[in-house]
Amino acid sequence: MGLSQTVIGSSPDIAQAPKGILDPSTGKPVGANDPFFLEVNHELSDKGFFVAAADDLITWARTGSLMWMTFGLACCAVEMMQVSMPRYDVERFGFAPRASPRQSDVMIVAGTLTNKMAPALRKVYDQMPEPRYVISMGSCANGGGYYHYSYSVVRGCDRIVPIDIYVPGCPPTAEALLYGILLLQKKIRRIGTIER
Amino acid sequence: MDDGKLDALGQTIVSALGGAASAHAVAFNQLTVTVDAAKIVEVMKYLRDDPALRFVNVTDVTAVDYPGREKRFDVVYHLLSPTLNERIRVRAEADETTQVPSIIGVFPGADWFERETYDLYGVIFTGHPDMRRLLTDYGFDGHPLRKDFPLTGFVEVRYDDQEKRVIYEPVRLNQEFRKFDFLSPWEGADYPLPGDEKAEPKA
Repeated sequence: MGLSQTVIGSSPDIAQAPKGILDPSTGKPVGANDPFFLEVNHELSDKGFFVAAADDLITWARTGSLMWMTFGLACCAVEMMQVSMPRYDVERFGFAPRASPRQSDVMIVAGTLTNKMAPALRKVYDQMPEPRYVISMGSCANGGGYYHYSYSVVRGCDRIVPIDIYVPGCPPTAEALLYGILLLQKKIRRIGTIER
Repeated sequence: MDDGKLDALGQTIVSALGGAASAHAVAFNQLTVTVDAAKIVEVMKYLRDDPALRFVNVTDVTAVDYPGREKRFDVVYHLLSPTLNERIRVRAEADETTQVPSIIGVFPGADWFERETYDLYGVIFTGHPDMRRLLTDYGFDGHPLRKDFPLTGFVEVRYDDQEKRVIYEPVRLNQEFRKFDFLSPWEGADYPLPGDEKAEPKA
C-alpha cells in the first residue's frame, strides 16, 4: 500500500552516514594537513588558548551576526527575499532578517525610493543603532534608475542616507546581492573600527 | 455582444436618460455614452438600478487630458453589468473649475478613484467626504498626469545634515532628459532598412 514497492528483506531507504571527502594524496580528510589548522590545533592543545587582536575579534563578531532590516520597496524586494531562502540562504553567514530597525545592523534599500517615502526611510535609518550599514540594492536605489527623471522619485537613496555597498542590476540577482553582502563583510573586516 | 446589439443598448440608455446623455458611440466592441457632468449621479443611479441594465460594478473612474480643448478633461467612468455580461464607458467633459458631483453615494467604491483623479488631474468632485490627495507626496504642487506638467516636476528631496531632516529643493538636473525613440516610425530618425541605402542613389 506504500507509494513505492518495497522489496521484502532489502535495507530501508535511508541516507548513508557521511564519509567526508578524503584527500587521495594523504588518505585523510581534505584540510587535515593545512598549516593554519595544524598551527591552531597545536596552539590549542599546547596552551589551551590562543591570542588574537581585539579588533579582529570584534569584526569577526560583527560580520558573523549582521541582522538586516527588511526595507523592501519594489520588485527588488523579491530578490532580497530570495537571498534569504534556502537556495542562497544568507543565514549561513549570520545574515538574518530582522523586522525592527532598533535591533538591526544593516538596511537593504531594495527598490524605488519615492519622495513620499524618503522621510520614512530616514526615520527608520535614524532608529538603527551604531554601527549601522546600508546596502543600496538595484538601479532605482542607486541612482533613480528607470525613474531618474520622474517627478516623484529620489535620484539615488544616497541623497537620504549614507550608503556602504551599491549592488547594480534591475533587479540584481540574488547572487549579486549575496556578493554585495560578502563585500560588506569584507569592508567591515577591512575598516575594523570600534567606533564608526 | 456584437456591435449592433451594443448600439441598440446605447440608444436605449441615451433615450432613457433624456437630457443627461447627449451621444453614444461603439468602437472596438466597446460602448461609450457621453453625458453631462452635472447630472452624473442621476446617470449612475439609472445605470445601476434599471432592472434591464444592472451596471452594479464600478470598475474605474479616471480622466483624460486634452489640453487643446475648451473643456480639457474627459472624466471617464467604467461600469460592469454582470447580468448583461457587458461593460460601459461613461464620458463627461469637464475643465479645471467644473464641479463634478461625486458618485460616492451611488458607488461607495468610487471613493479612492475620485481621490486619485483629483490628485493626478485636478478634477474637482463635490460632495466627496474626504477630498485629499491619494498618491503624490504630502504638500505636492500640481497635478502630474496633466499634459502640461513637466516630467521631472518642480522639487526634489535631500537629507540635510545641518537641519537633520529631509528637505525639498528646486529640481537641478546634471543632464536633461533625452528621448531615444529610434523604433517609432514617426518620431525616430529616418533609418533605411538594411540594404536600402545602396538603392537610394539610383532612384
